[in-house]
Amino acid sequence: MGDPPPAPDPSAPQPSSRRSSQVSEQRSQERAQLPPAVPDGVQQMPLDAQVLRSSQEILESQANLQSWSQGASLSPYEQLAMFQAEEAQLGGMEYPSLNTGFPSEFLPQPYLDGGGIQVPGNASLMQQLQHGRGNVFQELESAYQEPRPDLLGQFSMYQREDLQFSASAQHGPYMSDDPALQFSPSELGFMSFSMQVPEPEPRELAVQNAKAYLLQTSVNCNLSLYEHLVNLLTKILNQRPEDPLSILESLNRTAQWEWFHPKLDTLRDDPEMQLTYEMAERQKALFVRGGSGEGEQDMEEEVTETAVPNIMETAFYFEQAGVGLSSDESFRIFVALKQLVEQQPIRTCRFWGKILGLSGSYLVAEVEFREGEEEVEEEEVEELTEGGEATEAHGEEEGEEDEEKVTDVIPKPTWKPPPVIPKEESRSGTNKFLYFVCNEPGRPWTRLPHVTPAQIVHARKIKKFFTGRLDAPVISYPPFPGNEANYLRAQIARISAATHISPLGFYQFGEEEGDEEEEGRAGRDTYEENADFEGIPVLELVDSLANWVHHRQHILPQGRCTWVNPLQKTEEEEELGEEEEKADEGVEEVEQEIGPPLLTPLSEDAEILHTSPWTTRLSCSLCPQYSVAVVRSNLWPGAYAYAIGKKFENIYIGWGHKYSPENFNPSLPGPIQHEYPSGPEIMEMSDPTVEEEQALKAAQEHALATAEEEEEEEDEDEDEDADD
Amino acid sequence: MDAESLLLSLELASGSGQGLSPDRRASLLTSLMLVKRDYRYDRVLFWGRILGLVADYYIAQGLSEDQLAPRKTLYSLNCMEWSLLPPATDEMMVQTSVVKGRFTGDPSHEYEHTELQKVNDGEKVFEEEVVVQIKEETRLVSIIDQIDKAVSVIPRGALFKTPFGPVHVNRTFEGLSLSQAKKLSSYFHFREPVELKNKTLLEKADLDPSLDFLDSLEHDIPKAEIHRGSIQGNWQDPALPWPAAMT
Repeated sequence: MGDPPPAPDPSAPQPSSRRSSQVSEQRSQERAQLPPAVPDGVQQMPLDAQVLRSSQEILESQANLQSWSQGASLSPYEQLAMFQAEEAQLGGMEYPSLNTGFPSEFLPQPYLDGGGIQVPGNASLMQQLQHGRGNVFQELESAYQEPRPDLLGQFSMYQREDLQFSASAQHGPYMSDDPALQFSPSELGFMSFSMQVPEPEPRELAVQNAKAYLLQTSVNCNLSLYEHLVNLLTKILNQRPEDPLSILESLNRTAQWEWFHPKLDTLRDDPEMQLTYEMAERQKALFVRGGSGEGEQDMEEEVTETAVPNIMETAFYFEQAGVGLSSDESFRIFVALKQLVEQQPIRTCRFWGKILGLSGSYLVAEVEFREGEEEVEEEEVEELTEGGEATEAHGEEEGEEDEEKVTDVIPKPTWKPPPVIPKEESRSGTNKFLYFVCNEPGRPWTRLPHVTPAQIVHARKIKKFFTGRLDAPVISYPPFPGNEANYLRAQIARISAATHISPLGFYQFGEEEGDEEEEGRAGRDTYEENADFEGIPVLELVDSLANWVHHRQHILPQGRCTWVNPLQKTEEEEELGEEEEKADEGVEEVEQEIGPPLLTPLSEDAEILHTSPWTTRLSCSLCPQYSVAVVRSNLWPGAYAYAIGKKFENIYIGWGHKYSPENFNPSLPGPIQHEYPSGPEIMEMSDPTVEEEQALKAAQEHALATAEEEEEEEDEDEDEDADD
Repeated sequence: MDAESLLLSLELASGSGQGLSPDRRASLLTSLMLVKRDYRYDRVLFWGRILGLVADYYIAQGLSEDQLAPRKTLYSLNCMEWSLLPPATDEMMVQTSVVKGRFTGDPSHEYEHTELQKVNDGEKVFEEEVVVQIKEETRLVSIIDQIDKAVSVIPRGALFKTPFGPVHVNRTFEGLSLSQAKKLSSYFHFREPVELKNKTLLEKADLDPSLDFLDSLEHDIPKAEIHRGSIQGNWQDPALPWPAAMT
């Protein structure tokens, strides 16, 4: 197809504007590339050539692009839509250049070189163009992607490269227009037509127009009417049913259906199964033993202590209790945890549980890093936040200066945000453990950030299902400070604090706590395993809740485990000089919040609506000798703990929400704040009405009149007096 | 889940964390067989478990030939002895809507609810506090009924309707293909259809009367989500208003 040398042309965008939306962005990029390109048409050729080459492979050759007809028959071009090929806009852009007076002498030559392609039409074509019908050709060319190789052959400049095109684009003798002969159904989806250079015969041009219209692809799919009709007719001709006209509609329907539901070859893979294949591939990696060079040494190393807990044993016990995941899934979790331990510097690791979500679930692992390992990430995060605060401080100061310059001082809002409660240090309180989550065993583990007290406070007020994507926003009122990862972490913290229990005596306080007096009300926050623990009989565990204790710190209403006075000034605040302001406002007394100390028994937990917050069961009533004591939380449905002998474990499998007998009611928005204090200087006075004014005037006159009368009387009196 | 395929179904549904201990499973299998024989049911389904404070209820349902006919519900505390529950009525629903809190686990337990009722005594109208006793059994029945109406789901094609009316299990149903399983429209509510008659004629024209005779899940609010269960790719559908119900 001949591409006339693309020249930067202001009119080029016009045809492109007529394109329908089907033009891909790629094409628009190309379009954009070409006009700003070198004004010299020659240099643009390589680009075109490339594009052409690529499309060449796609295009099939057709015959009979006939000459352009006169303008009359060109009006339908307005209706022509895009083709799937890329040249559409190229054509449009290039044709205007023809107007710029391409030397007509060039024209005949390439055609002859192109070989096998009708020439004369082009000559007249160009003449017509030079008669100022460039626009027409823009549209024409936009319609047909294919004329490229032929037209391109026209120009000697492109000859060398385009010879290839024209050679390969041998549109042989244009045979009957029977599409069945040219297309096979499998190719239909990918190609558009290649047409030869049009010759200036009106009838043939009309044919091309019609074909171009039929090639318009439907809005809903990639199928064009032409292709569909081709399909249908092929099918009919192949099958040759009796009385095809009467079953035309159903044939039509089946042809369309088959287009979108291709019959699968027995030799081809079923693409639908790719999801499960991918999953299996990923999980295969789990099952491979890490490291090459297997030998006895490796076995010995592995047999020694590893941080990975014995998940299978835990799963077995929980299964006795009627809780837990299937053994298949448990094993996969075990292998996934093993992978996590290998990847991260972990000292202890535990399977915390599974939180279900709408589109996906989370497997949560609770780990503790080795000493000093996690400091790196923490520092980075802190630097970022500090940097942010510094810039904010600067911003505030500048703002204040500006305000002073303004003559009318805008009243400063009296509302100050509540002081931010600092989050707890790592390895203490709510952030004692680190949590890693993943959606499925085999997927990479993601580390959850530490939880801040603000997040816990907000998490208590909202109730949202988890979606399964860590970056999903949590849209709620009051607005949750963070995304789903933070909400997840906050819920994990709450659940752990509320439901992690152990048999009485398993943990005990260390005896080296010398500064117990100083901490005083805060209580102890460390414990250690009791080496002398002998286990409590299962029956006793089931009978009395006093045999179980919490071994996690309770979270105070503030959102932390250890109380912090929010009004204490930090160093940064003093630097900013806000101390004076705060002193002026007066220090509010805040009561210290106290929670139950560590290792309190379950019997002291608050009741929900007169029911105990915990339920205990024996796992199997038929064989009490071997059963396991199971404790189930009523406050957090899904939290279970089992104990037998010296073993115990906690797990949570559930949706991550607290139990509430009533439906959840989101908190109402706060009261509307007062904008300004009402006072007489602000209150609008209503203007007096006409009647009032008149009344006032009348009263004034009356007063004046009486005053005059009095004066007259006085005068009279004076006169009288004078007379007397 | 069908009594015959109980073990397999339990494995597949284990994603939500609820399962049965081996002793329960064994006793269920045995007792459900006996129930089927005694009550002459066509199919016995293990419906699930309702947790109570003191004990848990295990619920089973028996179906006759016609799958859509009202089912008989049985409950048991130990998976061995089953008792029949009365069928649910609307009055029960109203009565038990006032009760909140957990089940106790004792079927004879009675909830007390004080209501103010107007009593006409001659010409005087005064309010009296009446203590209404609601039995836990009643509450159980109505809760099961509510859950069933809201949540029991069946894939399209598993049941078919004969022209005479009764609904049968489709023995040629092989399951949904992967692309179909992802769509909500291939699942139906397993209860008397409510929205079917509200559909326009155009929509009805697309339906196949032998297969599409139940409400589809498509237009439910809140929208149900389907997510992939375990590695084999079974699809589970946690029903939101009752989060512990999975299909």
